[in-house]
Amino acid sequence: MRPASEEELSEMVRTAKGPMVVRGGGTRAIGRPVAGEVLETAGLSGISLYEPGALTLVVQAGTPLAEVEAALAKEGQRLPFEPMDMRALLGRDGEPTVGGMVAANASGPRRVQTGACRDSLIGLRFVDGSGAIVKNGGRVMKNVTGYDLVKLMAGSWGTLGVLSECSFKLLPVPAAEVTLVSAEVSPAEAVRLMSQALGTPYEVNGAARGADGRVALRIEGFAEQVSYRGAALRAALGGDWEVLESDASAELWRDIRNVRGFARAAGDVWRLSVRPSEAPDLVARADCPVVMDWGGGLIWALVAERRDLRASLGAFKGHATLIRGSEATRAAVPVFQPEAAPVAALAQGLRARFDPRGVLNPGLMG
Amino acid sequence: MEMPAPNPAILAKRDRVLTQLAEILPAEALISDEAERRAYECDALTAYRCVPMAVVLPSTTEEVARILRICHDEKVPVVPRGSGTSLAGGALPTEDSIILGVARLRDVLEVDYADRIIRVQTGMTNLAVTGEVESDGFFYAPDPSSQLACAIAGNIAMNSGGAHCLKYGVTTNNLLGVTMVQMDGTVVELGGAHLDAAGYDLLGLICGSEGQLGVVTEATLRILPRPEGARPVLMGFDSSEVAGACVSDIIKAGVLPVAIEFMDRPCIRACEDFAKAGYPDCEALLIVEVEGSEAEIDEQLGLITQIARRHNPVELRESQSEDESKKIWLGRKSAFGAMGQINDYMCLDGTIPVSSLPFVLRRIGEMSKEFGLDVANVFHAGDGNMHPLILFDANKPGDLERCEAFGAEILKLCVEAGGCLTGEHGVGIEKRDLMAVQFAPEDLEAQMRVKDVFDPQWLLNPAKVFPLEVSAARRAA
Ligand SMILES: Cc1cc2nc3c(=O)[nH]c(=O)nc-3n(C[C@H](O)[C@H](O)[C@H](O)COP(=O)(O)OP(=O)(O)OC[C@H]3O[C@@H](n4cnc5c(N)ncnc54)[C@H](O)[C@@H]3O)c2cc1C
Ligand SMILES: Cc1cc2nc3c(=O)[nH]c(=O)nc-3n(C[C@H](O)[C@H](O)[C@H](O)COP(=O)(O)OP(=O)(O)OC[C@H]3O[C@@H](n4cnc5c(N)ncnc54)[C@H](O)[C@@H]3O)c2cc1C
Repeated sequence: MRPASEEELSEMVRTAKGPMVVRGGGTRAIGRPVAGEVLETAGLSGISLYEPGALTLVVQAGTPLAEVEAALAKEGQRLPFEPMDMRALLGRDGEPTVGGMVAANASGPRRVQTGACRDSLIGLRFVDGSGAIVKNGGRVMKNVTGYDLVKLMAGSWGTLGVLSECSFKLLPVPAAEVTLVSAEVSPAEAVRLMSQALGTPYEVNGAARGADGRVALRIEGFAEQVSYRGAALRAALGGDWEVLESDASAELWRDIRNVRGFARAAGDVWRLSVRPSEAPDLVARADCPVVMDWGGGLIWALVAERRDLRASLGAFKGHATLIRGSEATRAAVPVFQPEAAPVAALAQGLRARFDPRGVLNPGLMG
Repeated sequence: MEMPAPNPAILAKRDRVLTQLAEILPAEALISDEAERRAYECDALTAYRCVPMAVVLPSTTEEVARILRICHDEKVPVVPRGSGTSLAGGALPTEDSIILGVARLRDVLEVDYADRIIRVQTGMTNLAVTGEVESDGFFYAPDPSSQLACAIAGNIAMNSGGAHCLKYGVTTNNLLGVTMVQMDGTVVELGGAHLDAAGYDLLGLICGSEGQLGVVTEATLRILPRPEGARPVLMGFDSSEVAGACVSDIIKAGVLPVAIEFMDRPCIRACEDFAKAGYPDCEALLIVEVEGSEAEIDEQLGLITQIARRHNPVELRESQSEDESKKIWLGRKSAFGAMGQINDYMCLDGTIPVSSLPFVLRRIGEMSKEFGLDVANVFHAGDGNMHPLILFDANKPGDLERCEAFGAEILKLCVEAGGCLTGEHGVGIEKRDLMAVQFAPEDLEAQMRVKDVFDPQWLLNPAKVFPLEVSAARRAA
């Protein structure tokens, strides 16, 4: 099924006889396997409104991300949250779409400064499981009119509604960037350095430890600003740092964002969201190759196939999601972190209200 | 503005409910005396008042849970309250409701600079949070003008913003976790010191839900290192249109100021009289603030003033000292107070796309003549969040009604221009009956379904946000 308009989409969902698998570009194959008729969003494509002077973009959900990024680049703007491209990591091709990105709340290294995808998302339209067309938010940057369903839909993996249109707040692309790179350090030392850097006023907007164990710290801004802040940060941290600029810096962050280090490596890939100060201990318990981002708050772990990573981690404040796994792994361990009973009950309640017949990606999230 | 008639069956249970509450609360935490209850009859939307059945002031999450369990079993509506500074009537009680105030929940639970978080009880005021971490070089970013008084509880419920949210975002962008008690007494933890939710983003849903989904007792907030310095520049223009065009050009140029504030002539005058900030005498004033080291500030302000000059400003003045900067901001932050000294006013809060600023301002001017009421404009221009202040005389019969009708027209205009009814103050009762202007029935239905999940009996702050006739069946059930 491939609706060409929101009305068609609504009609298809309303008259659906059984489960549907919502597909944008098919590049983020995540979640529990879902069986059903494929509903493709590619027909809902195009930029509806782009106002560079207001830093706002309204775009249909099936639009390829590449098309959006190209249009923004022409005006020297970008999506603030640096969405990752999972194709290499998941070994898939296809064109990532805006809807898939939002449904995954996909956010990259800049999350530590400018927030997640959900923080830049200012409005959307979707079709719920009964076929009703719903809008929430709008195209203005500040809006508290009614409940914030925009946040609810971001990261709901197509289980509460099929997105038809999304609005974003944008940011200008800064003129310059610089990245400081350390020698190889332990996870504990890395978190210490990253926390210290993020606690300075120099607006570090990338803080990661790559698969090679080296810490990278990024600053963006006007040319002089960047050189001043880079030097000030180096002085504050002490020690030796390699300095990468422009393209070299950008490439390093593209690799971290897309977890390129694990793309060709065999094994399952897990994604952990944790309290940074607890990261070193969790990395020790995981006992496997890791990439750390978000100042230690995000850990990508490369784990032997079918191993239930959660069993080694024990109880911790945060969550672990299985991102890349064989059918066997995904059938054996819960893909998403099991939630506390009252929270799970709320999630179940929302699913029952937004998709009463259970036709939208049923079972994907539990 | 209408509120539902009190339910006699609930009023009849008053003694029984109070007895149960008295059993689980220390004496000072339960207010039943009429005179003392009166202190809770309204919030900052003072035109509407009603004395609640009782007031409870718990000091632990556990007490909140016990109170809610009793009210749930007795089917008594509960209105959560922080500091009562809502401008939308969000904390307005009904005669058959109990006010649950969090003013005694004021502890700091944890400060962690390495993880850049603070965990507090939600009765703490906004400014006190920054006060707690300030001496160590950190701050809590959302800074509503009411920050001296308003509580984190109300900030979360209204998703409050502030002058500096252009760069740092509003409450929802700085909130990492909450402890919340559902109406049936269930305690849930959402989020924490880590980022993003494991499943659905319930935290994002709670923020801005106006006390209708649960009572928030604790919050984990993101704190940020204080910038090295900040400096505002004042720009005066001889028309609002030109000021609006200048804002758009600054944004397009890739500079990201922390704040761009706008005032028109009536507001400039009132603030100048009040704060002696040295504002120029002109039609439209912009305060643009940037942050960083001295050199960085110079670089950014250089760019900004270069853009401003292209628009022929009648005044262009960088602050020369810390003291001058303080005065400039004092003028802006006291805008509501200054207007209040010369007039009764109603403060609107619609948001519009920045590109429609000139059009909307012109229309408001025309409508002001039609309604025969003056308007002063002060707002966050960088993000299009307007605050037209409609001036009226509360002692003059018919003036309040005329003012409300005018206000409604302005908000409809905001929606027509592609904006919304409220950018930061919330819907409450004030904009409740205008919701249908912005939302189709399906849109409201989707939102009400969320309340059905969190509070199936519609007991938490039930007469707010949704037009009464739209929520009637659910409230009656
Ligand atoms: C090797 C291999 C591995 C696979 N692994 C998985 C797996 O782990 N999980 C799985 O379910 N299937 C898996 N499949 C099946 C199949 O690939 C996916 O179901 C299919 O590609 C769907 O793509 P997608 O929608 O996930 O991609 P994307 O378009 O990237 O979508 C990402 C997520 O967003 C949702 N989404 C996309 N657009 C919208 C929109 N407009 N509105 C709302 N939601 C939207 C999708 O439903 C999905 O949950 C796998 C297949 C193969 C061959
Ligand atoms: C002079 C003045 C200036 C202002 N400036 C700004 C501004 O710049 N930006 C801005 O955004 N707002 C501003 N406001 C509005 C107001 O201060 C904010 O809405 C504030 O967040 C309200 O906080 P409060 O603690 O006073 O909440 P209250 O008024 O007590 O309650 C507000 C809402 O929160 C709910 N609530 C309270 N406590 C809880 C809880 N524990 N759990 C769940 N729900 C709860 C209430 O039910 C109600 O719906 C201003 C108000 C005034 C009077």
